[in-house]
Amino acid sequence: MDTMTVQIFVPCFVDQLYPDVAFNMVKVLEKAGCTVQYNGNQTCCGQPAFNAGFHDEARAVCSKFLKDFEGAEYIVAPSASCVGFVRNYYQKLFENSSVHNEVKHLSDRTYELSEFLIKVLGKDDFGAKLQGKATYHDSCAALRECRIKQEPRQLLSKVKGLELVEMNDVETCCGFGGTFAVKFEPISVAMGDQKITNAANTEAQYLISTDMSCLMHLDGCIKNKGRNLKVLHLADVLANGWEE
Amino acid sequence: MKETAASFIAKSTVRAADLEHRRKINFNIGRYNAAVPQGKTQFSNVMQARENAKNLKWRAIETLDQQLEAFEKNITARGAKVIWAEDTAEALYEIGRICNAKQCRTVVKSKSMVTEEIHLNHFLEQQGIESIETDLGEYIQQLDGEPPYHIVTPAMHKSKEDVARLFADKLGVAPGLSPEQLTLIARQKLRDKYIEAEVGVTGANFIIADTGAIAITENEGNARLSCAWPKTHIVIVGIEKVIPSLQDLALFWPLLSTYGTGQKVTAYNTIVAGPRQPGETDGPEEMYVILLDNGRTNLLQNPATREALYCIRCGACLNACPVYKNIGGHSYETTYSGPIGKVITPHLRGMNDYKHLSYASSLCGNCTEVCPVRINLHELLLENRHEAVENGNSTLAERIAWKMWKQASLNRKMMNLANGNLKNKVVNKIFKGWTQHRSELHFSPKTFNEMWREKHSAAK
Repeated sequence: MDTMTVQIFVPCFVDQLYPDVAFNMVKVLEKAGCTVQYNGNQTCCGQPAFNAGFHDEARAVCSKFLKDFEGAEYIVAPSASCVGFVRNYYQKLFENSSVHNEVKHLSDRTYELSEFLIKVLGKDDFGAKLQGKATYHDSCAALRECRIKQEPRQLLSKVKGLELVEMNDVETCCGFGGTFAVKFEPISVAMGDQKITNAANTEAQYLISTDMSCLMHLDGCIKNKGRNLKVLHLADVLANGWEE
Repeated sequence: MKETAASFIAKSTVRAADLEHRRKINFNIGRYNAAVPQGKTQFSNVMQARENAKNLKWRAIETLDQQLEAFEKNITARGAKVIWAEDTAEALYEIGRICNAKQCRTVVKSKSMVTEEIHLNHFLEQQGIESIETDLGEYIQQLDGEPPYHIVTPAMHKSKEDVARLFADKLGVAPGLSPEQLTLIARQKLRDKYIEAEVGVTGANFIIADTGAIAITENEGNARLSCAWPKTHIVIVGIEKVIPSLQDLALFWPLLSTYGTGQKVTAYNTIVAGPRQPGETDGPEEMYVILLDNGRTNLLQNPATREALYCIRCGACLNACPVYKNIGGHSYETTYSGPIGKVITPHLRGMNDYKHLSYASSLCGNCTEVCPVRINLHELLLENRHEAVENGNSTLAERIAWKMWKQASLNRKMMNLANGNLKNKVVNKIFKGWTQHRSELHFSPKTFNEMWREKHSAAK
């Protein structure tokens, strides 16, 4: 079988704070038969500046992203937030520009990990094991920017020993929202509090998501409140309990 | 920081931590959430209905001048008088003039957000005119001296016990009455006012261009009484409420009801096409329609924000908004709260004073998901942020920070600078807003980038 070559995009905050998540994604992709490539020049997708309204600064960084991933057949990232941004907002940012077509194709080739595994590779079982009860948090970017709902659940259903339970208001935002989390901290924390309360009410030990940004915020709230919940990125779960 | 922004943060901080508030709002919005799917069952294809509605509003707004002139021509032909008001002052002046001419002492009014926008009750009070809210929710709010908490359900933040206490305090009735008993008391009080009032004031849910009429959607019958009983009827309505044809109500009535309250259609829907005509037995002698701009043309002139004028004020985006649910309707300190309020207020009342609202969102996109006329609300918040930056409304500190961010993001080596310990110290210190109610961030000693390079150069 021909191996599929995948360029991975490691979001800036995953690069800096959670390198294990990226390594676990690589482990899973390789097990799925992919040849994984990583362009060491990559930095950020540009979303932070765009969301703050600074389009010129964002466009400069997005142009670098375009260059860094030029010619890649598939781009896979462990973040629906970055993928959703590349897919849905690059076209706006580069409207009426010379790279219009390039950007359009980029959107079609950029995938979040779980949707790449299910929709492109058609694989859902990697032999992962995790003993315990877990609940899955739909990140807003996965749900509403990328339309990902079943893919992570299908993948988690194949993890041996793991029981998946749904929480109340599962589609409600966790309250992260980038700079919102710092600028409007009391609102962000109140939203996080409702989310972890709903998660804890399922009596799950693990809170799993496609997005480390939500989990970074929720983990902060969990530790502050002394809740008994461990956050895990989907890649961490899929890479658990087996060796290459 | 602007006073408006500081006040918003102070009020939302208090509300977000108020667990009793959270309980009441979750309870009331929970009931709404249970009702809406029932209402939706009347559409064979809800998404198609929403797209059709958006297209109709698109047409109405793109040809707004012609639609409004057609309306004026058609309703004037039946004896109504149309007044064009550019701002609050003009609208209030005209209302004052009419009330004065009618020697008005008492006004009955139905629920209308536009009258909140121009602070009509306060103005009438200053003129020595008693202005009575006849919608039960608004009546409760008026008794309590509070503005509406929500554009559709003004007293959503009050439990039935709260309302019973309020009636006992303000009206001297027995404490602990049931909602049915309280409603009967309000009804009795309001009936007397209808008989006294010289002028009735209503808003309008729709301006119908081809017929020359206004349409009012309600559940209590108080609005049709307000426009039919007093001798003079004043309608005040935002210019964006126009729909091209009477036929369009077949779509907009069920859509507004379903997304507003979960009903298939509300209990009363009234079309008013002028004052009492020769040979008719009831209705007012005179009817005035005040078409209010008050900043709406600011939204109109920018093609990017224009679609915010499609709004039919159903309140669905408020109910869907996790920020609204945590901070409630009053923290915004604006007439229009929630996602639509954040989108339009900076244009209606000034970007500089209200741009903070466009940032007070996690951009979760649930508002866009639920909007019956498919307004891209969360993208319009991004558009506002962009406009604020373009207009020079950002701070120097922000501009410098994003320049630095750009430099770092264009240069991989800069992102590998400094070890994890140093980053921990600096970042956790700078972002106090992060660490106050969350644990500290822990940077990896090395970035993924560095670790990957080490691993792969070793393998070679």
